[in-house]
Amino acid sequence: MRGRVEKARYPVFTRRALMLGGMKAALFAALGARMYYLQVIEGDQYKMLADENRINLALLAPPRGRILDRRGVPVATNRQNFRVLIVPEQTKSVGETLDRLNQIVPVSDQTRARVLRDVSRKRRFVPISVVDNLTWEEFARINVRSPDLPGIQLDVGQTRDYPLGVYLGHTVGYVGPVSEKDLKEGDGDPLLELPGFRTGRRGLERSFEGTLRGAAGNQRVEVNAFGRVIRELSRTEGRPGSDIQLTIDARLQRIATQALRPESGAAVVMDIHNGDVLAMASTPGFDPNAFNVGIGNTEWQTLLRNSRKPLTDKTIAGRYPPGSTFKMAVALAAMEANVAGAAHRVFCNGKHVLGNHTFHCWKRWGHGWMDLNDALAQSCDVYFYDIARRVGVEKIAVMAERLGLGQTLLPELPGESAGLVPNPAWKEGAIGEAWQGGETLIMGIGQGYLLATPLQLATMAARLANGERAISPRLVFRDEPDVEAPPLGLSKDALRHVRQGMNDVVNGKHGTARAHRITQEGWEMAGKTGTSQVRRISRAERESGVLKNEDLEWRSRDHALFVAYAPVDKPRYALSVVVEHGGSGSAAAAPVARTIMEATLELDPASNRKQRVAANPEREG
Amino acid sequence: MTMGYRDDGPDLRFGRKLLSLNWGLVLLIAMTASVGFAMLYSAAGGDVQPWAIRQIIRFGGGAFLMLVIALIDIRFWMRWAYLIYAVALVLLLAVEFVGTTGMGATRWVSLGFFNLQPSEVMKIALVLALARYFHGLSLEDTGRITYLLPPLALIGMPTLLVLKQPDLGTALLLAAGGSIVLFLAGVRLWKFALALGAALAAMPIAWSQLHEYQKGRIMTFLNPESDPLGAGYHIMQSKIALGSGGISGKGFLEGTQSHLNFLPEMRTDFIFTMLAEEFGMVGGLALMGLYILILIYAYAIGFRSRHQFGRLVAVGIATTFFLYIFINIGMVTGILPVVGVPLPLISYGGTAMLTLLIGFGLILSVSIHRDVEIPRSRG
Repeated sequence: MRGRVEKARYPVFTRRALMLGGMKAALFAALGARMYYLQVIEGDQYKMLADENRINLALLAPPRGRILDRRGVPVATNRQNFRVLIVPEQTKSVGETLDRLNQIVPVSDQTRARVLRDVSRKRRFVPISVVDNLTWEEFARINVRSPDLPGIQLDVGQTRDYPLGVYLGHTVGYVGPVSEKDLKEGDGDPLLELPGFRTGRRGLERSFEGTLRGAAGNQRVEVNAFGRVIRELSRTEGRPGSDIQLTIDARLQRIATQALRPESGAAVVMDIHNGDVLAMASTPGFDPNAFNVGIGNTEWQTLLRNSRKPLTDKTIAGRYPPGSTFKMAVALAAMEANVAGAAHRVFCNGKHVLGNHTFHCWKRWGHGWMDLNDALAQSCDVYFYDIARRVGVEKIAVMAERLGLGQTLLPELPGESAGLVPNPAWKEGAIGEAWQGGETLIMGIGQGYLLATPLQLATMAARLANGERAISPRLVFRDEPDVEAPPLGLSKDALRHVRQGMNDVVNGKHGTARAHRITQEGWEMAGKTGTSQVRRISRAERESGVLKNEDLEWRSRDHALFVAYAPVDKPRYALSVVVEHGGSGSAAAAPVARTIMEATLELDPASNRKQRVAANPEREG
Repeated sequence: MTMGYRDDGPDLRFGRKLLSLNWGLVLLIAMTASVGFAMLYSAAGGDVQPWAIRQIIRFGGGAFLMLVIALIDIRFWMRWAYLIYAVALVLLLAVEFVGTTGMGATRWVSLGFFNLQPSEVMKIALVLALARYFHGLSLEDTGRITYLLPPLALIGMPTLLVLKQPDLGTALLLAAGGSIVLFLAGVRLWKFALALGAALAAMPIAWSQLHEYQKGRIMTFLNPESDPLGAGYHIMQSKIALGSGGISGKGFLEGTQSHLNFLPEMRTDFIFTMLAEEFGMVGGLALMGLYILILIYAYAIGFRSRHQFGRLVAVGIATTFFLYIFINIGMVTGILPVVGVPLPLISYGGTAMLTLLIGFGLILSVSIHRDVEIPRSRG
């Protein structure tokens, strides 16, 4: 019986088992084919995907280029930033570690809240910044205590530092976090998206962003599925930002700023041969380092609301009526037009009548007979009403522009104003009224619509001192060769008369700035005072006696101006000084100008010590 | 000179049994398990701790059990087949009431020292019970519908219980493993076609009974790229790791995707991916070659058995073994949904290893006792 049953079912089993075996073989073949497909045919693509998985490209921020003064002294540089970070996964309790850290350096409740918030948001191996800008001493103390501070990581980062601080804040500017707007308009530089990256927000930091920034490097790192970096695969160093060198002399910048203090105003010192700006001070200022660390909203509001406008760079954005400092331009226009030469004489009785308007001289009872030299030295207004009327507004305006007014001169600095040199066409367009004859007279003494920046006034003084070329200010040394400035095109004779007048302003017997002349032989300064009104003096006031500046509130007082060059015989430097609402040019601006000019000459490499010893032996004694 | 065993003393019989053990199969099993040890060594970044060493100990224990089972007379196993099945069924029921819940499904019963997964035990017990049933059935009887009802109940009860846990993968494995025994026993093919048709017709109903995560797995399988960070992540990462291995692989311990944790479950269900990443297609095919050799050995044992019970046990268990392999590799290469089936003898884990070694113990027992006579009906 067993035999029969077996005989029947053994072949069935064999057949079925072989069928099953065949099916299995087919399925194994399918698996093999699948592996061939994945590993050979699609292999390269999966290799790429695998690398995408594990390789992260990290950007390396290049060191930002420095800004140096003319002697190579850094005025914007990178400083080591000692920071404390915390790695949550390395400590049992972030709070406890922060408590312990607080015993060494203060950790504010605000900081604490921010750290704890970041801890809960980020992955546990990502370091979170706790405090930065620590002193070396604090840093060292934390380092010593680090065994008691689980999770604390010390790090030396880079931060921008402005050694001159408030002294050059306006010019250098500062860096700040990348704004949304920058990102949107961005130049496509991936660095902008790097967290914590800073770009220039003001001043040269902003305008030379492209030079200073450099190019990003990158680092390929292998990461695991959780994003933790396992190892560095390769590293390409970026191109560090290039340094830029300024024509500014940090020492002079400091002196010029101090000389202006505590008044609010501006001073610009220029080399008359090449236009190098040796100093451009604007007071009051701001410390760019404060912006770097992160300025609070209240501090920012205080800066913004301050009526003396500490955020404004008055050397390029301050617009002032040039007052009497403009008289050289009027004189040159008149001489060039041959309407009134140096010998032209005018009798000043204190006023000049045109139609039914009376124009007053600053000297109530008049100067008497004046020629050009007297009129410049004593700043007689009536004389200039006369010659301005003779030469006409158009020619004065052209001369003003030839001397540097009414135009921007330093395109590398953001925020420069062009000032304003008015003429009848401009008035027609801007105000819609015809030019009045009286306005020409007002312009003849540098008042009215006429506005100039201290930089323009310094340029004017430099061009007058140079005499040959219409040099323009230069703030940053560039690699390209110097282009010679265009010729100024003024007659030697006319210049001689104007310069003599400026010499007499300071050194003449009746000069308005005689009190502030430089007595040291060989250093004598020529200049011109200016006192520009910011308010209208009414007839009633004039009859009852013009109010003295001291009796007026600060914002109604006259601006005090002074332009100068030195040495008289062989000019090298020109400067302009504006003291906002400082009163008279001779009293408020001239002394500042003298201090700055003396310092300029003292720092001048050409004025070597031997000469000075010979000229003034007792000083060395 | 040959002697029947009845004439030998007990010790000699033991010694002779040991000699007639299919050492080739034992060697193949040990080699395959060693591949697993190497992969677990790699998974630990080149360290026997913590996984490889534990797997070696488990394998040692399991192999000993396998040899003990192999040396026990096959008639003993046949005699106890139904009881073993009954115990396994009770354990499955016990899971329902006192089971341990993990990962949203209840699959284990705690035996104090050991967490037992009764569904694993059932895979072997079911084959044993069905083999015994069909051993006692002539081919004519096999063709009768009434005789088909008991084995269908044998398959149906545990399958439904496992489905209820819920463990779709194991339920399908049980149903398939059981059906294979029916197929080998000679049940008509049209009956299978009928059952398959019925199953297909029942699919919409079954779909509505599935848990969300089960539906999700099937949907993800159909379109893994649809959700690369969610449910499709496992399959995508597995394909990337495997595909990036290329022909010859990245080298032992050099599998970037596995070692950087992009590959999920690399010690357990996805261990084949790690092997294929480090040893490439060559390594993957070599492992499959080992598996095929094991299957050929098991088939040969089945063919050489002089009793139907042995034949059905050998090929039945071998087929269960095959199903593990195919479903696991099919899953990690993205041609089957992720159902959580380990790679036999390789994946880290005790229960599956133990089940498989018990199964191989039975195959080896069939091999040793291939010539014993077993009457059709219980004497």
